Amino acid sequence: MRKLKAPFLKIFSYFSFILYVGVFIFFTSYLFIRSEAPFSSVSIFGESSFVKAVFYNEPVFDGLYPALCGTLLLVVISVLIAVPFGTGTGLWLSEFAKGKKLKIMALLIDVLSGMPSIVIGLFGFSFILIFHKIFPDKSPGFSIIVSAFSLSILVLPYIAKSTQTAINSLDKSLKLSGLSLGADKIENIRYILLPNAFPSILSGILLALARCAEDTAVIMLTGAVANAGIPGNIFERFEALPFFIYYTSSEYTSQNELTMAFNASVLLIFICIILFIISFGINSIASGKKKRIK
Amino acid sequence: MRFYNHLLKVTIFSGAALCAVVILLVFLIMVFLSFPFFSHEGIKIFSQSWNPSSGSYGIAPMIFGTIITAVPAVLIAFPISLGYAVFAAETGNKYLKKTAVIIIRAASSIPTVVYAFAGIFLIVPIVRKIGAGGSGYSIFSASLVLAILISPTMIFFFYDSLKSVGKPIQQGAFALGATKSEKVLFLSFPAAKKGIFAGTFLGLGRALGDTMISLMLAGNSPSIPDSAFESARTLTAHIALVMAADYDSPEFRSVFACGIILYLLTAFLSITANYLYKGKI
Repeated sequence: MRKLKAPFLKIFSYFSFILYVGVFIFFTSYLFIRSEAPFSSVSIFGESSFVKAVFYNEPVFDGLYPALCGTLLLVVISVLIAVPFGTGTGLWLSEFAKGKKLKIMALLIDVLSGMPSIVIGLFGFSFILIFHKIFPDKSPGFSIIVSAFSLSILVLPYIAKSTQTAINSLDKSLKLSGLSLGADKIENIRYILLPNAFPSILSGILLALARCAEDTAVIMLTGAVANAGIPGNIFERFEALPFFIYYTSSEYTSQNELTMAFNASVLLIFICIILFIISFGINSIASGKKKRIK
Repeated sequence: MRFYNHLLKVTIFSGAALCAVVILLVFLIMVFLSFPFFSHEGIKIFSQSWNPSSGSYGIAPMIFGTIITAVPAVLIAFPISLGYAVFAAETGNKYLKKTAVIIIRAASSIPTVVYAFAGIFLIVPIVRKIGAGGSGYSIFSASLVLAILISPTMIFFFYDSLKSVGKPIQQGAFALGATKSEKVLFLSFPAAKKGIFAGTFLGLGRALGDTMISLMLAGNSPSIPDSAFESARTLTAHIALVMAADYDSPEFRSVFACGIILYLLTAFLSITANYLYKGKI
């Protein structure tokens, strides 16, 4: 029995590896094959052109430009909201919290990071509803700002955790150097810990950007629509790549629209993979540096 | 200078406080908004029939739909993920091991909606052929794609816990004449047991909480299915579909009840995983 099990494990592990990588490549390459020049001007700007759409605000009807802009705008706003609070929480966890407080907070953050995105979307939606009841005239309604606000809650735990690990993995002697020179805790954080942990924190933030770009459930409850064009201000509805893919998959009327959805998928994968590669690169450079110092 | 220090201090403490407040607020708001639904419908919300036009708002089919798509997904993903993790941590070739880790990190950054979209063209037609007569939009299709989605989460965890088995014990196993595979089977697996459980729980949490795959592939009919090739509606898909209803209807209120159930389920899974695998998540 024992003799039989052991070689089987090796074969099985190779089999699993090949199977998963095969499925992964199969899925992604299928999307690439079905798309048609996703990075071309026609795919993004349709019959309009780069100059007309970007500089003269000519509306684009048959390209991915509005969805692409919506996604980029959304991602930037969400991360701008989430970064101060996320890194703040991470710093609090690594430098201030002790004992029971640390345990409870870490648990709460785990709960938040396991929360389904649709529940967060529902929260954003309830926020709109309640706000509307209290201030019927001045409520923000379904808009890019509410989506960004909800998404920032979604990525808050990611940023908090990556900040916490970044600070915790710093060298102990480095962490104490500022304090030994007479700096107080905050000064130590500002001048020693944050600059040294910056690359790792940044790579966590880049992954949070990718998480914001891909999420669909939150934005479909809080403000993404099919034909909004580019939002003029943050209180307007918007288009986004993932929502476009979802919407098209159920409502497409022509082969052309379907090809656009495939193009959108390739663009979205491209955005997420690029963010992943940069984040990975920064992280490995940072950890390589650390090894050399040691 | 002082101002910035002060600002930093305020950010740190308000960040932590805000985080805690938000987590509780999400729950309280849903309880508040679903209260009329619970008090009006009472125990009837767990009935098996969802038919707003005749006034029955049972969400049992959705609860069942969630479980019946998520659990098989974990069952499919578990052996493959464990095998992959063993490959990346132990048995694989030196260079492939590193590649395997990078691939899995890249795979976890692929958008969910993209998996679901590809599934419509790759999985659904095949399922339509083998599942006699159905449309192909079924529990089976959704579970299959969910398994692909949750594998990276599980692999990460398994890999991490296999890696964290102490070096000295591992060398002890070799000293006793164990081969690499024997060491994994009889030493690493038992030692990494808690991590493996924790990863499985988190994978289940992701599968339960995913919206796009079940919404786009499971067919969304609000009744209890008879076979794996029939359509089902999950709690998450239900929330996404009913949002269009009138805001004061019980139909709409039921959405918040689904939200609470999802919140409690995933919170339970996260807390259990956290308890099993302290501080490592």
